[in-house]
Amino acid sequence: MSDATTNMTSDPMLEAIVGPTPGQMLRKRIFGHQGLMIGVVVLGILVLVAIFAPLLAPHDPYAQSLMARMKPPVFLGGTWEHPLGTDHLGRDYLSRLIYGARVSLMIGVVAATISGVIGTAMGVAAGYFGGKVDAVVTYLINVRLAMPVVLVALAVVAILGGSLQVVIVVLGLLLWDRFAVVMRASTLQVRGREYVAAAKAVGCSTPRILMSEIMPNIANNLIVVMTLEMAHAILLEAALSFLGLGVQPPTPSWGLMVSEGKNMMLFEPWMVLIPGAVLFVLVLAINLMGDGLRDVTAPENRS
Amino acid sequence: MSNTDTTQPVLELRSVSKTYTVKQGMFGKPKPLKAINDVSISLKRGEVLGLVGESGCGKSTLAKILLGLEEPTKGEVRVDGEVIGATDRRTLARRIQPIFQDPYSSLNPRKSIEDIISLPLRVHSIGDSNTQDKAVREILDIVGLPQRVMRTYPSQMSGGQRQRVAIARALIMKPEIVICDEPTSALDVSVQSQILNLLNDLRAEFNLTYLFISHDLAVVEHLATRVAVMYLGRIVEESSVGGLFDTSGHPYTQALLKSVLTPEAGKGVPDTELGMEYPNPIAPPSGCHFHPRCPMAMTHCATVPPRPVPTPEGHVECHLFDTENGHDTGTPLMREGV
Repeated sequence: MSDATTNMTSDPMLEAIVGPTPGQMLRKRIFGHQGLMIGVVVLGILVLVAIFAPLLAPHDPYAQSLMARMKPPVFLGGTWEHPLGTDHLGRDYLSRLIYGARVSLMIGVVAATISGVIGTAMGVAAGYFGGKVDAVVTYLINVRLAMPVVLVALAVVAILGGSLQVVIVVLGLLLWDRFAVVMRASTLQVRGREYVAAAKAVGCSTPRILMSEIMPNIANNLIVVMTLEMAHAILLEAALSFLGLGVQPPTPSWGLMVSEGKNMMLFEPWMVLIPGAVLFVLVLAINLMGDGLRDVTAPENRS
Repeated sequence: MSNTDTTQPVLELRSVSKTYTVKQGMFGKPKPLKAINDVSISLKRGEVLGLVGESGCGKSTLAKILLGLEEPTKGEVRVDGEVIGATDRRTLARRIQPIFQDPYSSLNPRKSIEDIISLPLRVHSIGDSNTQDKAVREILDIVGLPQRVMRTYPSQMSGGQRQRVAIARALIMKPEIVICDEPTSALDVSVQSQILNLLNDLRAEFNLTYLFISHDLAVVEHLATRVAVMYLGRIVEESSVGGLFDTSGHPYTQALLKSVLTPEAGKGVPDTELGMEYPNPIAPPSGCHFHPRCPMAMTHCATVPPRPVPTPEGHVECHLFDTENGHDTGTPLMREGV
């Protein structure tokens, strides 16, 4: 090449390419964030418990034993035969809790994924194309926000009958609003950047721009909303099951366990407190993780 | 195609207008905003046309039209004599490439430098991954970046380095025309000259044609062969660089020249004598759009729009130079359609 340009290669200013890659910086921030680490560890444990439920559960969660009804947990004077006691049908409480984690996590992940796909598609389309598309999506978001989730879910479940699948689909079809709002706002922010204009000027197709220029830059927001909606779906499932319109017995679900224990609440409060506490821990862990992810990814987004 | 014909303009705009409609409040009538009003320019191969003007005069809209990101409301864009519509973005992309103002926002922060530079090749399926890799290494050499930046990310680079990456991306497909939209205004002064020299060397090496948009006359003087001055969507003066800087005609050009900051002590901030702020482009002043700020305005400037007056080096749109209309009479002149 020409002399003038080869000289620049030896320019000392250009030799200084400093700092770690964005990936390395992200890793450093993730491991430095306490709340995030706590959330990830607790959630990780619960996920492992759910996956290995058949190995961990001391008893069959469906096996009833009328001879051993309402045994108290170990710390209230029970035996190690049933570490967390038994319910009103004599089923081992610990085993039901362990299997219940599967239901809760399954609902959280699948429902949040369904609503994530719907909401992201709508939000990104609205933010990127603007105009009429945006008007329609904004209208749909407003319609959805005007509907009380619990009432709609109750009505649908009452008509179709409660089951794990119905609850997952209903929640998935109802919880996309936050995805749509957040994805629309972040797309609006990103689409005006010059690298999007540069991609257009290069001749990129619209799907390519959306997938390789827009999506990678808004994915961090998607992950944060995803965790929050997971927690939301898990709580809603518990509420629906508690009302008897969610997961149907004898499936072990934490919401159902609270519901089944509520008659005995005044005499055997642990029947409500144990599943309630696990639910609380799970949702707290997910929220800690979501909060942490937001903290960890935000600074990079700003720069 | 007449690539060999040197007199044929490589890029030509023929009376291009771009009008946006701006809504005013919820019930207000939408009003037209003439971002670009009947602009004609032509660039010959190897030429550098500097386009100067204040913020909001339509410079960037013009760049978007040339890149096919916006479609002109009226008029046509010709590349090598062929009319180009915004629909041919892909064909246009191989001939015209942009270098944007802000290298902090023109590079996707989630992509490695290699991905960013090779994107045009991948989009147009030029070569396989081996030749693409080779092309990226070559172009890095040309823009003066070490090869090891290929694996790094934009956030690890300085502004000047990023702008070199943007230049590499623009040049990797060997375009004929490069639209430089204020490529140095976001950079440190010390880096600006490096980038300008690089652009100059590249132009000579690859026989590139530049449209160089800037609000900095000093930068334009350094690089351009011809200058067009834009005001409220119109080219009010076009001239060779020498002609403009020596004997500028239009009062607006004179004001711009006065506004250039000099490091001389005691001079203070220059007074452009432009007085009032930039007019609202939705309701541009009548007659000559510049008359409310013009120190040499005459009575008929407020009523009669000036027409382009040919000069030895280009043209100027000002009543001061329109001898046929007899500006010294001071009477409003009735022209067709006025």
